Amino acid sequence: MTAPLLQVANLTKHFPVRTGVFSRVSAQVHAVDDISFDIAQGETLGLVGESGCGKSTTGKLILKLIEPTAGSVMWRGERIDRLRPGEMRKLRRELQAVFQDPYSSLNPRMRAVDIVSEPIRNFESVSRDEIHERVAALLDKVGLRRDQMVKYPYEFSGGQRQRLGIARALAPNPRLIVCDEPVSALDVSVQAQVINLLMDLQQELGISYLFVAHDLAVVKHISHRIAVMYLGKIVELTDKRSLFEDPQHPYTEALLSAVPVPDPRVERKRVILSGDVPSPVNPPPGCRFHTRCPYAFDRCRIEEPKMIAVRPGHWVACHLREQAARGV
Amino acid sequence: MSTLALPSARSASPTWLRLKNALRRHPTAIAGAAVLGVMILIAVFAPWLGTIDPQAVAPIRRLKPPSAEYWFGSDMLGRDVYSRVVYGARVSLAVGLAVALFSTLVGLAIGLVTGYIRWLDAIVMRIMDGLMSIPSVLLAIALMALTKASIGNVILAITLAEVPRVVRLVRSLVLTLREQPYVEAAVAAGTTLPRILTRHILPNTVAPLLVQATYVCASAMITEAILSFIGAGTPPNIPSWGNIMAEARSLFQIAGYLIFFPGICLSLTVLAINLLGDGMRDALDPRLARRM
Repeated sequence: MTAPLLQVANLTKHFPVRTGVFSRVSAQVHAVDDISFDIAQGETLGLVGESGCGKSTTGKLILKLIEPTAGSVMWRGERIDRLRPGEMRKLRRELQAVFQDPYSSLNPRMRAVDIVSEPIRNFESVSRDEIHERVAALLDKVGLRRDQMVKYPYEFSGGQRQRLGIARALAPNPRLIVCDEPVSALDVSVQAQVINLLMDLQQELGISYLFVAHDLAVVKHISHRIAVMYLGKIVELTDKRSLFEDPQHPYTEALLSAVPVPDPRVERKRVILSGDVPSPVNPPPGCRFHTRCPYAFDRCRIEEPKMIAVRPGHWVACHLREQAARGV
Repeated sequence: MSTLALPSARSASPTWLRLKNALRRHPTAIAGAAVLGVMILIAVFAPWLGTIDPQAVAPIRRLKPPSAEYWFGSDMLGRDVYSRVVYGARVSLAVGLAVALFSTLVGLAIGLVTGYIRWLDAIVMRIMDGLMSIPSVLLAIALMALTKASIGNVILAITLAEVPRVVRLVRSLVLTLREQPYVEAAVAAGTTLPRILTRHILPNTVAPLLVQATYVCASAMITEAILSFIGAGTPPNIPSWGNIMAEARSLFQIAGYLIFFPGICLSLTVLAINLLGDGMRDALDPRLARRM
């Protein structure tokens, strides 16, 4: 395998909670805590977890829309997490994004052609005719008609808007697109179309995706590898097959058992979690999942589990697996 | 608005479509626009509306009640009140429109910058709060006391008094807009700050600013009249509605008609502008429109 396109190491983001008259920092929201992963050229890494676990924050950290508290982001071997905005801007053509809400992520006062061509015009000075040509080609690619380029966003449907968002992300020929829940605002039938479009584009152009989602079925369809996040931590990271066939972390097990199976005769073991996700302002000590884990024991409450490889390429952060691996 | 203009068929911008459709459903706004339009026409064509020199003095024929010769009567110096009121429309409208234009432009520039540059925000907004804590009429009077009476200075003084309100509005709009996903998307797309401001933030402030501008215009006309009325505004030889009323005030019991016509014109114009502003607000503010 070639060197990874993107390497994230020990990435951490704490948001300060300010209270009182003088805006004293009274607490920290541990949105993302010490996570590491990498993405290879042409690969899709799925990032799943329930709401508020820090998946979208991770996407924004990589895009440098927010500054990390600690850790590093390497883009093709170069650290980008400490770049100043002007230096980062030059890299942005290689690193694009598709956002969750196809309604609010397109400026309502710009026509499709201006929206899609914005990243092109940011980096190149091109003639009007050439922009016209390139936008037309992009619209073709995402399955919109050329004559729709003079329309405003309100004249498009949700699925069409998301296609516009994808066309915009493709415009500067990026190598990686951070997809922040790109289909969760769409109908199921439209979801499938958009997912398939993203996969076709990957086949054709060799783009990598960081695909953030909370829907396991969607992630299973599009990803090569999947990282499961819980309360700001990655608890399991492996290729799609081992995750679905042999989940190692109790949280992954619970997540998988919550995926509906369209066959009433299939009997399954249901793992039902009790309780709520603890607050990220005050995450539990030890393993963050111990408050809801059916297998938790003393060590889980004190010591934070490290990422270990249960087999090559299958990483999990759980004391149970560590003991099993050591043969205890 | 956009840097691209394609020769092919283009659809109209959503702002103007909304404005046009909604105003059509708003009879009061149309009435306001019509009255304002008539007032502007009167001001522009003042010399051709059967007027005589508004400053021509005829002491023999002073304090005549309204008649065929003096439609609105004559004042204590025998000047034709009709001519003075018609020419006064020029002053009042010029002050109103100029203040609306200048305070919007200045407020827009300051508001955009303070909304985006956080450390500047704290300083500038404290100054604006300070200015706003002084009643705008009082502030304008104080400023007029510092300079000599001229229309330019009246416009300047009222503009200074109105700017903080526009800054507050623009700043609050910018603070909301900068959190919009499409602004975040523009940052991710590598758009520079100046382009984000002009392409994404500015066009979205136009609608509320337009509405605010009508209110600023109306209140500037009132302030101008107040300044003139107390003798701190437009020089007395220039006929403005405030000046005419100020001179008529002392003769109110002998010649009440003198104060009547400029007063009516001022109220009517301000009412018209406010009605137009209300109609535009309903048309352009989706949150209010939905409630209707």
